[in-house]
Amino acid sequence: MAKIIVHQNKIEDREAVIKVCPFNALEFEANDELILNAACKMCKICIRRFPEIFEWVEDVAPSFNKDEWKGVTVYIDHIEGDIHPVSFELIGKARKMADKIGHPVQCLIMGNNISDIAEQVLHYGADEVFVYDKPQLHDFRIEPYAAVFEDYINKNKPSIVLVGGTTVGRSLAPRVAARFRTGLTADCTKLDVQENTDLDQIRPAYGGNIMAHIHTPNHRPQFATVRYKIFDAPIRTDQATGKLTLCDIADDKLESKITVIEVKKKEKVKSIEDADIIVVAGRALKKEEDLKMVYDLADELGAMVATTRPLIEAGWMDARLQIGLSGRTVKPKLIITCGVSGAIQFVAGMNNSDMIISINEDPKAQIFDVAHYAIVGDIYEIIPGLIEQIKKMKKSQ
Amino acid sequence: MKITVCIKQVPGTAEVDIDEKTGVLKRDGIDSKMNPYDLYAIETAVRLKEDNNADVSVITMGPPQAEAVIKEAYMMGADKGCLLTDRKFAGADVLATAYALSQGITRMGQYDLIICGKMTTDGDTAQVGPEIAEYLNIPHVANVRKIHKIDNESVIVEMNMAESVEIQKVLLPCLITVEKDICQPRLPSFKLKMKTADRPIPRITFNDLEDKNVMHYGLNGSPTQVLKIFPPPANTTNEKWEGDSEELSNKLADKLHELKYV
Repeated sequence: MAKIIVHQNKIEDREAVIKVCPFNALEFEANDELILNAACKMCKICIRRFPEIFEWVEDVAPSFNKDEWKGVTVYIDHIEGDIHPVSFELIGKARKMADKIGHPVQCLIMGNNISDIAEQVLHYGADEVFVYDKPQLHDFRIEPYAAVFEDYINKNKPSIVLVGGTTVGRSLAPRVAARFRTGLTADCTKLDVQENTDLDQIRPAYGGNIMAHIHTPNHRPQFATVRYKIFDAPIRTDQATGKLTLCDIADDKLESKITVIEVKKKEKVKSIEDADIIVVAGRALKKEEDLKMVYDLADELGAMVATTRPLIEAGWMDARLQIGLSGRTVKPKLIITCGVSGAIQFVAGMNNSDMIISINEDPKAQIFDVAHYAIVGDIYEIIPGLIEQIKKMKKSQ
Repeated sequence: MKITVCIKQVPGTAEVDIDEKTGVLKRDGIDSKMNPYDLYAIETAVRLKEDNNADVSVITMGPPQAEAVIKEAYMMGADKGCLLTDRKFAGADVLATAYALSQGITRMGQYDLIICGKMTTDGDTAQVGPEIAEYLNIPHVANVRKIHKIDNESVIVEMNMAESVEIQKVLLPCLITVEKDICQPRLPSFKLKMKTADRPIPRITFNDLEDKNVMHYGLNGSPTQVLKIFPPPANTTNEKWEGDSEELSNKLADKLHELKYV
């Protein structure tokens, strides 16, 4: 394993050395020895700035045969008979990576009475779908689900495991990764695989202000979670391909200290993640009534209205309509932001959209950095004018 | 009943910048605060204490200055605190962090319920809670938005799913991670600040832990490695339109027509 060694005799400017660490992890002990404390994130910034003082030492990795781990596995998330679409997006990504290293794409699906759902997966290009169909798996409970995942990994030894960043995925993946004492990288926005099967994982940190490139070089399987709408789903084929494999697991492994008392449906609202076109109401709106023009524009375009944090905090809109790191991530075909300044927390939730049009009075607004079309102007003039013009066009057609 | 809350000190702002050439984080005047999601975890624990005669402990892993968040927890009503600190924990990723915390929690003594915030604002992973539960071999429920009932044997909680809510009865001991919807955290109390000013903050170091295998902690115990950090890519293909509002409205309508949205 690797570590950072401090060459104490090379330290000249003590203040400057300590300051280089953004995490406050460098400190002098009572005996004047410079140490790395528990705040160290191993970002290696100190090594880059003071290579003479800090040295990265890579010990020989415990030898293990990466070839024994084969396959890119996708966990299929489903609720009440519907497969969560992030699962298909992950099959698409898994296919590309698996082809590169000559591995199969496997899908893991667990639940109760799920043969219909499992069959659907065969239309998206997986090589083999592993099905655990047991009454104990009817509702999501952590111990039985983790036990099935463990059983699957022990029997199939996949090199890479991709899990959707859903409520279930974000609870289940860490549990299983910890069981195998292996790495899990959350909310990856880019994934690729090297020839030696090491997974390149890129994810935002610090609220999207920095990106981190992460490796899991000495452990298998390599776990990653990915949010919905990051990757593209493959097109469904009419013909089913691949193999369906029914798996069994002993009942005593499915015991749980959790009893599900009730599953309540939340009121069904179309979520902004599913919208193809989104119009976003931003902070430039002066009062709640002014939302009307945003809704009117959305109606003309067949769009959904979403918003940013200030309007949620003002209580004008439902929290489920919030885009951003503390809200939802969206990837529509078209997004029009109206009076949105473009704080990084917001941008991180929408910058993968296919087409971004932004209207803002401030020519230096941050949102213009990601917009394909940056329109400098007052939303109170542009939006009503735009609605009028669209209506005219529709009439003349 | 004994409740343990896991908390963390995080940077005071997410506004970090990165030097594109050197890849160095630019952060002046490093300001720290309690992870905002942990306030909900502490509030949940303190409310349970008020209604059920429980005892609330908090634990944090970090450098010595992380004591500040324990003091803040005291001001909100926590009874005991503990700082898990050792240079052997340096460079810990999620797994090594969760493992050290699970060892620290065991060292602190008995627990019936462990509460974590939904996630931290610096790592944003939401993984540490479930991984602690795995190492302690206890059940966990993530995304809890309400606690219906708790007694000496079990707790009944509402787990928030995308389109549904699952009500689960979980035998104790167990771990839950709580969402913001669960409660409104109180402000630190001045009275408690005075009262707890001298309350000690015991430290747990590597040598106090049951598992003394250094390969399980810090960088050695971390399967993930950060290869590099870099600024998020900016979109370079953009067009800026300026001018008269009416013209802009018309031009935009034409563009939407061209893109087949009108």
